[in-house]
Amino acid sequence: MTRLHVDWTRCDGHGACAELLPELFGVDDWGFPVSRTADRDPEVPRALEERARHAEKTCPLMALRRI
Amino acid sequence: MTDTVESPVLPDTRPILSLAGLDAAEHARRLGPLPRLGVEALIQLAEHSGLTGRGGAGFPAAIKIRSVAAGRGRAVVVGNAMEGEPLSQKDAILLGSVPHLVLDGLELVSRALGASRMVLAVGPDVPSRPVEALARARGVQVKRLTGGFVAGQETALVSQIDGRPGVPRDPLVRVTVKGVGGKPTLVSNIETLAHLALVARLGGDWFRSAGHPDDPGTSLFTISGAVARPGVVEAARGSRLADVLASAGPVDPAAVLVGGYHGAWVPASALDTPLTRAALAPYGATMGAGVLYVLDTHTCPLKMASGVARYLADEVAGQCGPCINGLPRMADSLTRLANHGRDTRLPAEIDRLRRLVTGRGACAHPDGTARFVASTMATFDKHVEAHLAGYCPSTKGGRR
Amino acid sequence: MTEALWALGRGTGIVALVMFTVTLVLGIVTRSGRPVPGLGRFGVADVHRTAALTGVGLIAVHVVSLLFDPYAQLKLVDLLFPFLAAWRPLWLGLGTLAVDMLLVVTVVSLLRHRVGPRVFHAVHYLTYALWPVALVHSLGSGTNAHASWFLALAASCAAAVALAVGWRILPSYAGRGWQRTARKVLP
Repeated sequence: MTRLHVDWTRCDGHGACAELLPELFGVDDWGFPVSRTADRDPEVPRALEERARHAEKTCPLMALRRI
Repeated sequence: MTDTVESPVLPDTRPILSLAGLDAAEHARRLGPLPRLGVEALIQLAEHSGLTGRGGAGFPAAIKIRSVAAGRGRAVVVGNAMEGEPLSQKDAILLGSVPHLVLDGLELVSRALGASRMVLAVGPDVPSRPVEALARARGVQVKRLTGGFVAGQETALVSQIDGRPGVPRDPLVRVTVKGVGGKPTLVSNIETLAHLALVARLGGDWFRSAGHPDDPGTSLFTISGAVARPGVVEAARGSRLADVLASAGPVDPAAVLVGGYHGAWVPASALDTPLTRAALAPYGATMGAGVLYVLDTHTCPLKMASGVARYLADEVAGQCGPCINGLPRMADSLTRLANHGRDTRLPAEIDRLRRLVTGRGACAHPDGTARFVASTMATFDKHVEAHLAGYCPSTKGGRR
Repeated sequence: MTEALWALGRGTGIVALVMFTVTLVLGIVTRSGRPVPGLGRFGVADVHRTAALTGVGLIAVHVVSLLFDPYAQLKLVDLLFPFLAAWRPLWLGLGTLAVDMLLVVTVVSLLRHRVGPRVFHAVHYLTYALWPVALVHSLGSGTNAHASWFLALAASCAAAVALAVGWRILPSYAGRGWQRTARKVLP
């Protein structure tokens, strides 16, 4: 099972990830992703794998990684 | 390797500080030559002794050494003397009083790992003059680096040594795998290295003869605040807080901040708490780098804490959104509360912000700051109530 | 046959210009972190990439068809080395220059996860040079260049880019990038 890791040194709260994966990410006061699960790197359920791949590719700052 | 339980050479409770001020010859005479250990022998010794890092994270030394040993390429060993915590003075004391022991530790680990480089990373508030010539003679490169609260963080330190800005990197790639120059790097607080240098000569059993079974050995504590004699003392791990503070002479304590600016408060009613992980856990505290700050009954804890929170907000590396934005907001709210702001929403807002910043950054700076703020709000809940009602119980005369 | 190749060459070139206009404008919108109704933020990034890759594909056809068209008198060397062409060397040369830049930007963008954000970001700035060079090339070497429909098209593209770039340099743009500043709270 993969997880999604946010590289905070790159993230600037663009928000594509939270749009693509609202089940896993919310958005804080300033636009930065907040994990909705108990883990800081949320686990990706099988059903969301495709969208997670998409999110990793789409983050314009390359801040999202599947690990 | 001898495994003696008591050493006639060193006192049980202050083995490190008892070696203070010795020159190289006396140091060698007292302790004997530094053993040459292979990596397996060193790891086993470290494991047996139960030594954990003295830099703040408390990570078992054996595990760290093992993971660097398993890395690809020749290792680099870094002694961390950055003293990023403003209340701490132990790195300065160590380099000033027992430089040979620190260098012993570096050499010991470097030899075992077959390291290509030994670096002593010194922060701006730590005098390096005493150790520079000695270090050079033993092949250790002394690097004076720019400071700041997060500059001593492992990945930030490695970045600075590599000539990049001293800000933390994404923790996905550990420095034990890829650190200085892309090589497996062991970053160890110099106190940890000092203990290791003693363990190598005197054995794991000796180390375990002091301290607590779950947290053996001794530790350096920097005591400051409302005390008659602030300074650095050495005491067994697991000692009672009151006993460690005794020699410093606390004056009218209301609470003690255990673990520095990322630590937590232990109220004066609980000064007999032993400084073990388990006993400190209910307060949300860990020993950290051994900083103990005494707050007296006349000082407003919320004013003090808001000053710390503002300092921590200023010290952000400036990379991670939640931290850059969240810490100043949290400090602002705490400051308003400290200034008798009567907004009853403040405690909830502070709580929301500290949850929001926790775990959302490249390093533990937001987490530690959040921990400190949460502990302040919980420990001084009576103060919070009073401030919301418009007065401070600490101020002489009560109402403002 | 040559008529067909010539038409294909010109057609793909013109459509590519439109594609790259869309790419540049949406690139600026992507960087701004603002959503576009119906697309969201991820949609903007997706269309930006799709338009770019479509443009690259069109340029590939553009170049190959012109290579085989005797009217254009293109030699293989003209594909990569500018200003050596037999016919309208200056304007064609600009086209070659644009292709060179496009090649670099495309390769680095496809390999962005390997080269890292710093290199990717720096190379991506080339697109601000790439677009005007492509536009001038199309105005100078295109045989439709004097047709009013083409001029209208080129003017619209230029206007779109000018607006987008104008917005980009405004302080209120406040994009989401690799530079760090504390942000205002979202409304």
